[in-house]
Amino acid sequence: MTAPAPATKQPPVAVAADHGGREAARARARALTSLISRNGAVAVLVLVVLLGALLVPSFGKPDNLRNVALAASFIGIIAAGMTFVIICGGIDLSVGSTYALATIISAMYAPRGSFIAVGYALLAAGLVGLIQGLIIARLRLPAFIVTLAGLTGVRGLVYYITNEGNDHPQIEGFRAFETLGTGSLATIGTPVWIMLVVFAIGWWVLNRTPFGQSVQAVGGNQGAAELMGLPVKRTQTIVYVVSGLCAGLSGILTTALSGGGQEARIGDAYELSAIAAVVIGGTLLSGGVGSMVGTLAGVLLLFVIQNLIVQGANLNSYVQQVVSGGFLLVVVILQAVLSRRAGTADT
Amino acid sequence: MTTPVLAVTSASKRFAGVRALEDVSIELHAGSVHALVGENGAGKSTLIKLITGVYQLDSGSVRLRGEEVAFDSPRSAQRAGIATIYQEVHLAPQLSVARNFFLGREPTRFGSLDLKRMNRNSAEALRRYGIVADVKRPLGELGLGIQQMVAIARAVETDASVVIMDEPTSSLEPREVDLLLDLVAQLKAKDVAIVYVSHKLDEVFRACDTITVLRDGKLVSTGPTSELTRRQLISRMLGRDAAELDESGRTRLGRRELEDGEPVLRAEHLNRRLILEDVSVVVRPGEVVGLAGLLGSGRSETAKAIFGALPLDSGDISVDGKPLTHQTPASRIRQGVAMLPEDRKAEGLIPDMSIRDNIGLAALPQLTRSGLVSRKRVDDIVKTFMTRLRIKAASPLQRVSELSGGNQQKVLLARLLCLNPRVLLLDEPTRGIDVGAKAEVQALVAELAEKGMAVVLISSELEEVVEGSDSVVVLRDGAQLGRLVGDDITEDKIMDLIADAASEQIEASEQIEAEK
Repeated sequence: MTAPAPATKQPPVAVAADHGGREAARARARALTSLISRNGAVAVLVLVVLLGALLVPSFGKPDNLRNVALAASFIGIIAAGMTFVIICGGIDLSVGSTYALATIISAMYAPRGSFIAVGYALLAAGLVGLIQGLIIARLRLPAFIVTLAGLTGVRGLVYYITNEGNDHPQIEGFRAFETLGTGSLATIGTPVWIMLVVFAIGWWVLNRTPFGQSVQAVGGNQGAAELMGLPVKRTQTIVYVVSGLCAGLSGILTTALSGGGQEARIGDAYELSAIAAVVIGGTLLSGGVGSMVGTLAGVLLLFVIQNLIVQGANLNSYVQQVVSGGFLLVVVILQAVLSRRAGTADT
Repeated sequence: MTTPVLAVTSASKRFAGVRALEDVSIELHAGSVHALVGENGAGKSTLIKLITGVYQLDSGSVRLRGEEVAFDSPRSAQRAGIATIYQEVHLAPQLSVARNFFLGREPTRFGSLDLKRMNRNSAEALRRYGIVADVKRPLGELGLGIQQMVAIARAVETDASVVIMDEPTSSLEPREVDLLLDLVAQLKAKDVAIVYVSHKLDEVFRACDTITVLRDGKLVSTGPTSELTRRQLISRMLGRDAAELDESGRTRLGRRELEDGEPVLRAEHLNRRLILEDVSVVVRPGEVVGLAGLLGSGRSETAKAIFGALPLDSGDISVDGKPLTHQTPASRIRQGVAMLPEDRKAEGLIPDMSIRDNIGLAALPQLTRSGLVSRKRVDDIVKTFMTRLRIKAASPLQRVSELSGGNQQKVLLARLLCLNPRVLLLDEPTRGIDVGAKAEVQALVAELAEKGMAVVLISSELEEVVEGSDSVVVLRDGAQLGRLVGDDITEDKIMDLIADAASEQIEASEQIEAEK
């Protein structure tokens, strides 16, 4: 990791050199902000895991760590999609409901074959994202409201197709499908591997493709992106499809792991956990700035802290929530203070 | 004469019935720099946005190389070879310089960004324009000037045949301005047609071949730079013909003798890097001090600084001998400073609220007694001001958005006046209101001053400043050129001051160029 050392290593910018001390200080603050927003969550995660392993013996056991990773993978995959939406300057509140829709649809169609079950569930989830994305991008409506409608509407749909929540379709006996959830590789569960693959692809798309550049530019300054001729509407639409697909994939894995039989209320408030993970990972809710690695660290951090409280302090789950909430608050305050110092808050 | 690369013919555009541009035609030629000048609201931005597909024409036509075109978005204009550099260039601060440079046209290998090529090519391109920057660093970590230069280099590299620059130097240091003008010269040599929007006269005269002046959405004149003097240009921008001007003298009537008292407002040595340079405004009781200058001269910025809305690097401001401390509008209001902002819709009124509530809003702190507001007292105050300012409305409960521009302005004034300010800062108090209301507002300003208030008056119409002020501070590029009092206040003298300063600066920069 390279620490900002502006005193010894002046920016090799000839024209900026005579900008005086104030500009240099501002540049230094900007560099610090981006360093922290990029790597802060990773650093804290490493610290917490090390401390946890030292102080709470049961935490560091391989079995426990495996379980934490497995538990985190479902929110993790959702948060990967959410990262795209938030960097692009939007928000997706519908993912918890979309996730539930995918768990039910994949279980319902499991008798028709694993391939069809997965395909239909992804199709439904992608469609939810596409419809919301089109409305947000084409009609220029606030994402908060559109996806809030999505949250309510899709949840209603889930209750409708499960006969008011009374049907709990099972997938017992469909081995191929089940393996997606229950299988393992090198003793680590398939969902964890799938999450890592999703993050790897997400990182590549965000940092190594023209689309990823567009996402960051649109989130950074939509007006300027439009004037520069970037495909703003297409980019905005696609991020919601990506988010829907991620929520769908997460739902499919849940069904595969548990063998179906989900309640219609499953995934309630998952959108909030996903957003929290993204923000803790250093992605700015205002858009334009964020990272996949940060989100991965953010998700793991949420689940590690939860696990530590249960293992170590033996406190009840509400205390966990208080700690998670407090942690989120600290991150947001840090972000605000740093970005104001960097002068991005004033115009 | 060659066929123009781009020709706009009789372009007109209205917004919600308001004329933004009427019957304007310009021609852009290859290898030529065309300046577009005019005050705020002259129609420069509208014209640019019509060419680049942000807005669509109501009538008229745009021809590119002789063929009529109608772009439906900036994207399609860009594809046709029209590149635009806007003032706001902050794109993705997190992305590296190279990535920003290639945004929207990234080279890829097997679907992956070709980072090596992006870094190499952007570094080469920037170097060609004299910009040395580490292209791998996030754009947001660089200074604003560099960011602007990257945006310009980016737009220019798209093989555009037309490049439009909308006030490209507004956030640049003098040295960076030189670099930018070099870049303009390079483009010119490559046979690009360039539109250069600026209110900095020396840049316009240094870099441009043709100058088009717009005012109130109409074309005032267009012609070669060599056939225009600075003085003529200034008078065309500010709204009087040179010939007409020579005869116009002092127009203010009924000038009063000012009492010699201690100044109410003393704002001295105001400094803000790149914006204000040692500007001083002193206003005695009952005096109206006008601030004259072109757009961007620092006239609005001076008022904003006094009002605490523009942070200063240094400067002393006092009211009635008491130095003002906190640089925030809220504290300035408490200390007796009130400001009528330039854009009353964006910064002043809440259109969907009633007249009563709009006025009451400001008076609230004074009227509140143990947390409660007496409706009757608010009503009384509102009624008093409506009569005093002759606000024409059906009732105090009428919504402000339903009023005419002149009456809206009076509501805003009423709101300021119920705070009993000692200092009143008026930025364009009569813009966009009809002639009758204008005269009323002007009379009102004189009346307020007579009652001992200190008034600072800003207007882009020189006539208004000349007629309404007891002394005039003339500004240019954020610096104070001089102070005129009494019979010296004429449109002539103000324009002379501005024009002289402009030519001096050009001579100086030409000298530097020659020494090189």
